[in-house]
Amino acid sequence: MANKIPRVAVREQEPAIRATNFEEVCHGYDLAEATLEASRCLNCKNPRCVAACPVGIRIPEFIEALGRGDLPAAAGVIARDSSLPSVCGRVCPQETQCEGSCILGIKGEPVAIGKLERFVGDWQLENEPEVPQIAPNGHKVAVVGSGPAGLACASDLAKMGYAVKVFEALHKIGGVLVYGIPEFRLPKERIVAREIAAVERLGVEFETDVIVGRTVTVDSLLDEEGYDAVFIGSGAGLPRFMGIPGENLNGVVSANEFLTRANLMHAYDETYDTPIYVGQRVVVVGGGNVAMDAVRTARRLGAEATIVYRRSEKELPARAEEVHHAKQEGIDFRMLTNPVEVLGDERGWVRGIRCVEMELGEPDASGRRSPVVKAGSEFEVACDVVIMALGTSPNPLLAATTEGLATDRRGCITADDEGTTSRPGVFAGGDAVTGAATVILAMGAGRSAAKAIDRYIRERNA
Amino acid sequence: MYPILEKRYLAEGICLMKILAPRVARSAKPGQFVIVRATERGERIPLTVADFDAEAGSVTIVTQTIGVSTRKICALEAGEALVDFAGPLGHPSEFVGMAPEALHGRRYLFIAGGVGTAPVYPQVKWLHEHGIAADVIIGAKTRDMLIYTDEMRAVADRLYIATDDGSEGFRGLVTQLFEQLVAEGRHYDEVVAIGPMIMMKFVALTTKKYGIRTTVSLNALMVDGTGMCGACRVTVGGRTRFTCVEGPEFDGHEVDFDEAMRRQGMYRTEEQRRLAIEAERTAGHVCKIGLDR
Repeated sequence: MANKIPRVAVREQEPAIRATNFEEVCHGYDLAEATLEASRCLNCKNPRCVAACPVGIRIPEFIEALGRGDLPAAAGVIARDSSLPSVCGRVCPQETQCEGSCILGIKGEPVAIGKLERFVGDWQLENEPEVPQIAPNGHKVAVVGSGPAGLACASDLAKMGYAVKVFEALHKIGGVLVYGIPEFRLPKERIVAREIAAVERLGVEFETDVIVGRTVTVDSLLDEEGYDAVFIGSGAGLPRFMGIPGENLNGVVSANEFLTRANLMHAYDETYDTPIYVGQRVVVVGGGNVAMDAVRTARRLGAEATIVYRRSEKELPARAEEVHHAKQEGIDFRMLTNPVEVLGDERGWVRGIRCVEMELGEPDASGRRSPVVKAGSEFEVACDVVIMALGTSPNPLLAATTEGLATDRRGCITADDEGTTSRPGVFAGGDAVTGAATVILAMGAGRSAAKAIDRYIRERNA
Repeated sequence: MYPILEKRYLAEGICLMKILAPRVARSAKPGQFVIVRATERGERIPLTVADFDAEAGSVTIVTQTIGVSTRKICALEAGEALVDFAGPLGHPSEFVGMAPEALHGRRYLFIAGGVGTAPVYPQVKWLHEHGIAADVIIGAKTRDMLIYTDEMRAVADRLYIATDDGSEGFRGLVTQLFEQLVAEGRHYDEVVAIGPMIMMKFVALTTKKYGIRTTVSLNALMVDGTGMCGACRVTVGGRTRFTCVEGPEFDGHEVDFDEAMRRQGMYRTEEQRRLAIEAERTAGHVCKIGLDR
């Protein structure tokens, strides 16, 4: 019978302290805390959490093993469906997935599934199992992009005996895990580097500084370099802007630029050469995870930081935990507010942002109530940096340079649930197909594609 | 790591490096750029390619020392290596994709300023190899700052030189020399200008008077160089474009140069601060009032 105790609180850095450093906010559970939290799970016969997980992790099963103290078994259960548990445990929107469906959540608090997954994932990184001898099957697969989709696809293919090479455009492996998600949410050395090392131990090779579509092409990989198939997991693409006056003033940057400078280029560390401009007051436009990451990074770099979002707090697409943490760290939230112009000084630098108040009208196609401008509600917010966190639009490079690769009307690569594209031998998954989404969906897409690639190569050689 | 096969100074503060980067060398076309990182903690710096040799697997870059990162690149010697050399990026020059019949008989004038002379070279060379004659103006402050004159003479139909002080060739600005050539009856279908932003702005203003189509190559700020950051956005014909994926070459008559110049200076204060700290550190000075923090 499940233990009817309240959800075990997780230890975190004090808000006032963590707002001045880049170390991880959440310390996670230790074994005693994890075991205790695991004892709360009802082990439902018809587990709604599993149905709500994008990759269907057998959640009650791993929690049960964890409760018994059998960590290798718990890790084994998760590994059947996820290859990045220590990452997903940290960055998944659990409140709308597994935890959002937990029966315990109806009357009280759901089981802390994310924190338990993270605990098991971290344990596995510390206690890396012996890599089994894998017999090479003599076939080669190229993977484009080393983010969650590419890493998951590569490791599954390597386990099947394929010789896999991952091509990365940037100088560091990890995609959004290194350039996008900040250190304080996902530690780079302790977690990301070790996840990558685990993929390397399977025999996967990585080559950085290769922009597929420019340095090489999908066709040259297939025709000249002898790859049997190519998986494209190239990620989301170009940052969107609002198209309002003043957007090209000095001091207006995309969240992608701001975060890449801070995360990938370590601009917050004086011993690195890349500059970053933070100013005194920063306004971040947007309400997703990227907006939260940008505003909290700005705060840590010493700025007064504000979120401006056109809908209400209920509609914020960011993870609930990030919004909660941001508030604790002193971020100012201005909901139902939309910028109409960025204001500049005589030197062409940002001096403020003109906004209008919004109210919620009828639900739109997405089911969310669409914001409408309140007449005569214009006001100005003084600031010296504006960060646009409005999502991305697809990078056309791969579609433009790959013969016969179809895209949808948004410009995303067309692929089915298994990653099959219009071009035989070319598979795709993750944000390049769906537009900006989550780590777990990209990881799941990479794994499905690995299965489809294996089938494609077998059939062709049968 | 990308070994430096050869290094020499072409003028004070302008250094040429031949880098072993076989993949880039095989794919590079005139007009494209690379992203270079000199050291492990270094910045990603975009540089337009100055030459490439697919067989030797080498790519030539020419760097002018203007900040911390360009100094670090130029401080490396032959036998050492750059940590990163990614590319080629951006679109090749328009003529690379044009049909031979459309190119035939087309008269090009290249106007090169300072270190911008280096990326002009592979373009003129490409046209020369395809039997298209092109004239070139190279401009510099003074004779000692002229680069690539011998290489250019070998591939250009006519080579003109302009120096601000008259120490070699025409005394005055490249725009004045251009107007003189037009006055003398030279006809051009297209002008390609590569050099300092201010030079490209005035070349575009001048050629507009004569109705000559003008292409410029923009050296905007970039972080990734692959379309991810948007630091390189520039207004062309009233629309925001990304230099890295939509450029680097644009119609010079449509570019908002004043905005582009202002945006180039976005990190200058921060950069100058770092440069000063770097210089002080090199001199063994330890800041006591916290300016290095």
